[in-house]
Amino acid sequence: MTTIGVPRETRPGERLVAATPKTVAQLRALGYDVLVEHGAGAAATFDDAAYEAAGATIVDAAEAWGADVVTAVGAPDTAQVAALRPDAVLVAMLNPGGRADLVDALTARGVTALSLDAVPRISRAQSLDVLSTLSNVAGYRAVVEAAQEYGGMFAGQVTAAGKTPPAKVFVIGAGVAGLAAIGAADSLGAQVRAFDVRPEVGEQIESMGATFVRAESAQQQVSADGYASALTQDQEAATAAVYAAETAAADVVITTALVRGTAPRTITAAMVAGMRAGSVIVDLAASGGGNCELTVPGERVVTDNGVVILGWTDLAGRLPQHTSQLFGTNVVHLLQLLTPGKDGVPTLDLDDPVQRGMTVTRDGEVLWPPPPVAVSAAMPPPADAAPSLEEIAAAEAAAHALAERRKQRRTVTFALAAVLVALAISFAPAAFLGHFTVFVLAVFVGYYVISNVSHSLHTPLMAQTNAISGIILVGALLQIGSDDWLVTVLACVAAAVASINIFGGFLVANRMIRMFRKDA
Amino acid sequence: MSLTSVAQALYLVAAVLFILSLAGLSRQETARRGNLSGMVGMGLALAATVALSLDGSERQVAVTATLIAAVLLVGLVVGTWQARRVEMTQMPELIAILHSFVGLAAVLVGFNSYLTEPADPVHLIEVFLGVLIGAVTFTGSVVAYLKLSARIASAPLMLPRRNTLNLVALVASAGLGVWFVAAPSIVPLLLMTVVALALGWHLVASIGGGDMPVVVSMLNSYSGWAAAAAGFMLSNDLLIVTGALVGSSGAILSYIMCKAMNRSFISVILGGFGAEEGTVAAVDRDYGEHREMSAQDVADLLRDAKRVVITPGYGMAVAKAQYPVAELVAKLRARGVEVRFGVHPVAGRLPGHMNVLLAEAKVPYDIVLEMDEINADFGDTDVVLVIGANDTVNPAALDDPGSPIAGMPVLEVWHAKQVVVFKRSMATGYAGVQNPLFFRDNTAMLFGDAKEQTEKIVHAV
Repeated sequence: MTTIGVPRETRPGERLVAATPKTVAQLRALGYDVLVEHGAGAAATFDDAAYEAAGATIVDAAEAWGADVVTAVGAPDTAQVAALRPDAVLVAMLNPGGRADLVDALTARGVTALSLDAVPRISRAQSLDVLSTLSNVAGYRAVVEAAQEYGGMFAGQVTAAGKTPPAKVFVIGAGVAGLAAIGAADSLGAQVRAFDVRPEVGEQIESMGATFVRAESAQQQVSADGYASALTQDQEAATAAVYAAETAAADVVITTALVRGTAPRTITAAMVAGMRAGSVIVDLAASGGGNCELTVPGERVVTDNGVVILGWTDLAGRLPQHTSQLFGTNVVHLLQLLTPGKDGVPTLDLDDPVQRGMTVTRDGEVLWPPPPVAVSAAMPPPADAAPSLEEIAAAEAAAHALAERRKQRRTVTFALAAVLVALAISFAPAAFLGHFTVFVLAVFVGYYVISNVSHSLHTPLMAQTNAISGIILVGALLQIGSDDWLVTVLACVAAAVASINIFGGFLVANRMIRMFRKDA
Repeated sequence: MSLTSVAQALYLVAAVLFILSLAGLSRQETARRGNLSGMVGMGLALAATVALSLDGSERQVAVTATLIAAVLLVGLVVGTWQARRVEMTQMPELIAILHSFVGLAAVLVGFNSYLTEPADPVHLIEVFLGVLIGAVTFTGSVVAYLKLSARIASAPLMLPRRNTLNLVALVASAGLGVWFVAAPSIVPLLLMTVVALALGWHLVASIGGGDMPVVVSMLNSYSGWAAAAAGFMLSNDLLIVTGALVGSSGAILSYIMCKAMNRSFISVILGGFGAEEGTVAAVDRDYGEHREMSAQDVADLLRDAKRVVITPGYGMAVAKAQYPVAELVAKLRARGVEVRFGVHPVAGRLPGHMNVLLAEAKVPYDIVLEMDEINADFGDTDVVLVIGANDTVNPAALDDPGSPIAGMPVLEVWHAKQVVVFKRSMATGYAGVQNPLFFRDNTAMLFGDAKEQTEKIVHAV
């Protein structure tokens, strides 16, 4: 049987684990045997017993690394690569773009390596995108960290002892992390403003409860792959002006700008100098060098003017239980994709852009970098040549003229029909006229009576009108007394079916109406 | 004061009561009163008619009285039996077959009227129209009944040049009508009846299952016009008033529904959903992977949710899942979860079908909302359970101008944080259109029988 190994993470400070008891059960449902290294989940509050209860086998490090499929959070070190079986499948965050040495080592070892941080940004791959998962948690945690450092309450209060204003939070970058930070800060009661160079995310920012900071010249177009791209010089100048104004007014600044793994400089030392003492900057891009000029990755820095800058690089790891659960579920989704038969046989389909994009090496062959995937996670960009204002105006005028013509034609048709009907009626006998008058009036009464019927009553209404249309029984009854037997027989049949209608219709309408009740 | 004038007075009262009855049925609070006033009106009308009939009997009064008593008894027994026995999920079929009775009665009354009364042209035209409408209603309703009760396939019948066929039938009927008025005899009338029966059959047979709600309400309208036509030929104002009421109300209902589906009324009457457009929809497209969920997962999700919306569809009716759904709702509400229903105007096979099913399962009607009332709230909703609905929650109606259901207003469930779709398989809905909703990231599928799955969730919550 195919085994999945879940080793303990050895990177210092790493608290995450690639599988939780819950995801172990899901992996087993796909037909795999799961081998969990002793103590793998300890830092994420999952003990060995819980894994065993979920059906995993507890093993030592060598056995976990020696499994058919190995899933880990971080990249393996040299010794761990050596412990992999040559035909093994490795699933981990490998950072293939930045770790050529690792790619070479894995190729030499002959393993098939799938990088969890290289998932193409297309909609259907989102369920296995660990970067989204980690960013989401990190964004939330960033707010919690900021709240701890900040010397005030996030929510404004009015008390008998006076009032305190709500904290002003400024979020830069509305990716997954930025949006998560906006949501968390907003629910703590802060006033949140957010900026992103992509104008189309304004709606998302507002949907999370923040105010979208608009700066016309600073914002750029949608990029084809769903990530933001680098800025032009003009845009940069305009953006810097926005940042300076916003940071000076904010109590908490959360920066999340990462352009393809590297952190653009968004907050300069001068901007930090313009901030009030006690303000907090949380730099989520610290791992890429930091968005703030004064950020020291992994450190807490206090500037001369009393601004606290947090450069934590392990924000997601600070919430190990949930992060591991979400990460583990991403891994499960990947293995679902790799195991279409649910039979414990992993099969890699390189024609699938998602699988292809993640595959770094296979059978001693380097498959990195993958061909580009040209599917945007954002809305499709507008057509190249947007219609000019005149064109729009012309189209509108044409549509208007068409509607006007249609209206005219309808009026003419109505008038003609009315004249024709009037002509026909004036030739009809008087008795008919009386009936016709009644008929037309009844049609209008029916129309107005029914127009505002409650939708939920349509079915009973139909049963009721159906019963009422059984009134044709009246006609049949009047004919029963005829001295022609044929007429009598026909009338009897007609009367019988019409009366079924009457009794059945009324009773069934009644039955339905009685069922409707209001919440007591 | 003669018997006739008393009868006329009673007819007037009955007509007013019928109007009040329909007006009453437009709101929940007054619906019972509406139902009752309809019954009283009918009782008065029948009493007056029986008296008139006995008075005008050309045969021995006792014989006529016995016959009347016999037919009423038949109607009472069969009608009551049907009304008691029918399950709420079968309501569309019952209503369809009841419509066919009105059509049949109109045909028979028309023939009788021709046989008994003098042949002046106006009367002949009235007879002719009455029989025509009655015959179309009759076979149309029978086909609708057969389709709704799944005795015949509900896919639209695709005869070549079906619109031409319908047109030919109408022209032929008109020709026969001229013949009938010019040289009154039973032959053209019988011929026209055959043509009209075939026309009714073909009209409804070529309409697909998805449009059935409109068809049923359209037939409802026809049955009213048939009664009105009978009123003209018998010179009976009560029949005219009642028929016109039913006819126009049915037409309005059909119109409301067509609007809800963004379909032109004419195109629904003249052809099925899956007609020419349907083949375009069969184009294979890669929608990606769907995700599955277990009943246990859904229960966990619901436990943690604050706001839940349930959007039921025909699948709920088929699986008879309304009872466990109601139980689930009661349980969730007891835990403080806000649960509401969002009902699409054309969910089910009859307008208001879902509301009746939910009412049957004792779901309070004030948490059952219409599409327009709930569409704006999906953004704040934690979990949406889509139970047996498909086309009514299809985002392609809004996103994909090439879709056969493009432009149809739908329940925008995908704005919610999580959508769970209860379905038997990945098959398409009645419109034969694939549903991109199933492949969205915030959508999970729960396969299996809706009733069993809901029961499992109820146990797990």
